Amino acid sequence: MNTRFASLAGAPFLVMLATRSAHAADASPIDAADTGFMIAATALVLMMTLPGLALFYAGMVRKKNLLATMAQSVAATAIVSILWYAAGYSLAFTGDGAVLGSLSRVFGAGIGLDTVSPLAKTIPEMLFLAYQMTFAIITVALVGGSVADRMSFSAFVIFSVLWLFLVYVPSAHWVWGGGFLAQMGVIDFAGGTVVHINAGIAGLVAAVVVGNRMGFGRENLAPFDLTMAVTGTGLLWVGWFGFNGGSALGAGSRAVWAIMATHLSACAGAVAWTAMEWWHRGKPSVLGMISGAIAGLGMITPASGYIEPWSGLVIGLVGGIVCYWCCTELKHRLNYDDSLDVFGVHGVGGLIGTLFAGVFATSAVTGDAAISGLIEGNLRQFGLQAVGVVVTTAWCVAGTWAALKITGLVTALRVAPDQEREGLDLALHGETLHT
Amino acid sequence: MKLVIAVIKPFKLDEVRDALTRLEIHGMTITEVKGYGRQKGHAEIYRGAEYVVSFIPKVRVEVTVADDIVPATIEAIRAAAHTGQIGDGKIFVVPVEQAMRIRTAETGESAL
Repeated sequence: MNTRFASLAGAPFLVMLATRSAHAADASPIDAADTGFMIAATALVLMMTLPGLALFYAGMVRKKNLLATMAQSVAATAIVSILWYAAGYSLAFTGDGAVLGSLSRVFGAGIGLDTVSPLAKTIPEMLFLAYQMTFAIITVALVGGSVADRMSFSAFVIFSVLWLFLVYVPSAHWVWGGGFLAQMGVIDFAGGTVVHINAGIAGLVAAVVVGNRMGFGRENLAPFDLTMAVTGTGLLWVGWFGFNGGSALGAGSRAVWAIMATHLSACAGAVAWTAMEWWHRGKPSVLGMISGAIAGLGMITPASGYIEPWSGLVIGLVGGIVCYWCCTELKHRLNYDDSLDVFGVHGVGGLIGTLFAGVFATSAVTGDAAISGLIEGNLRQFGLQAVGVVVTTAWCVAGTWAALKITGLVTALRVAPDQEREGLDLALHGETLHT
Repeated sequence: MKLVIAVIKPFKLDEVRDALTRLEIHGMTITEVKGYGRQKGHAEIYRGAEYVVSFIPKVRVEVTVADDIVPATIEAIRAAAHTGQIGDGKIFVVPVEQAMRIRTAETGESAL
């Protein structure tokens, strides 16, 4: 009797609960699990720049330029974040323009607590804005590595502002924001074109325009403290789980597949680069191991969420071998001084990785029978990827060159020879290391 | 009194100190220095860029000893610092005019 009464009494309450949750689902499309995962992923990607990239880069320069190198990562974070909130996000990720987005979300206009983007339907739009912001930050910060030791801080600041809007924002709109590359069918899961080709090509153009470091090829330009670079690599590597995993934009198997492919590619890259160097130069250097890991991570990025994890092993092996050759042979043959190998690692990784997305994509992971690569007999996707590579590269060369020339009208791109000799830390920032 | 200066491989410092302690020599000054002799430095490779580092790290040991134990001091350092490889270092001996312990104002060999 008691039991019967209890169940009768409880029934209206259960009905009410069911109604409430159904009502909540109607009102807000925001999913708690996806949101929680994406908040963590956003934090991980920000950590890749600060302190990950700051340590990775600073560990590879000379002692006198260590703080100046870190300053680039800190400045990129501060400046790009503000500009991204102000206009970058809106121009890249809203509207249906083929070339550029709209101004509908300038300074977060129109974004409420329940607003979602059509590009990420289960998380708050403000979170999507924040997540994409961290990508813009690290891409700008990456470029600085090619001109480390000689570009002036003021020039880097002005260049960052121009380059963000001339190159990064349009490129992100084309392939991620519904622009013409996306409409054609070019796929880029986490930034082979937008992040790695852009950073790498811009780095190469900047290194050529700014010119080689004094003493390049003659003097000892050895890294001051590779332990910092190893620490930075660890932070980048872990952060990459948020970079590639988070590009699934939700907490699901797609993210897991991307993370596993990413990790295997990093490992295969480290093994391949180290093996090449050991065989070629006689010793397995620590700088080689971490360079190989970053090469694997960069190359897997565009394909990471479209492939089976085993493909990550293949991509990482290719990344380690090809990037090793580009950094140790190609650069010295062509005699361009890309100080920290932004092109050799990220540019080459992005170029080949974007093509690899058109090789290893499988509809079992993409969830779309139309999106698959050469291994499933789809030649068309590979062709589209090649178009994406060519378009992104061409625009990046032109945009970077223009950004540098405009910057050069305002301030000298390069520090004075005396300042370069003295070191940028003291000359530009009035600080120095006392170890 | 003589000042014995030895430039040795850094990892040999503890063995040299032990050998000198056995000779009842209590006290020495050491400095981390860089230099080259016949060893000519070494090569380092960073992403294919090869740098020859001409100044390599050494430790410079200075001890001042009474004249009668100079030969024993030299032999102790030589035996302890010896590896037989190029770059073992060198020993120099120079005369010392005077010595003083600052705390007590003792002079000469009793100040050592």
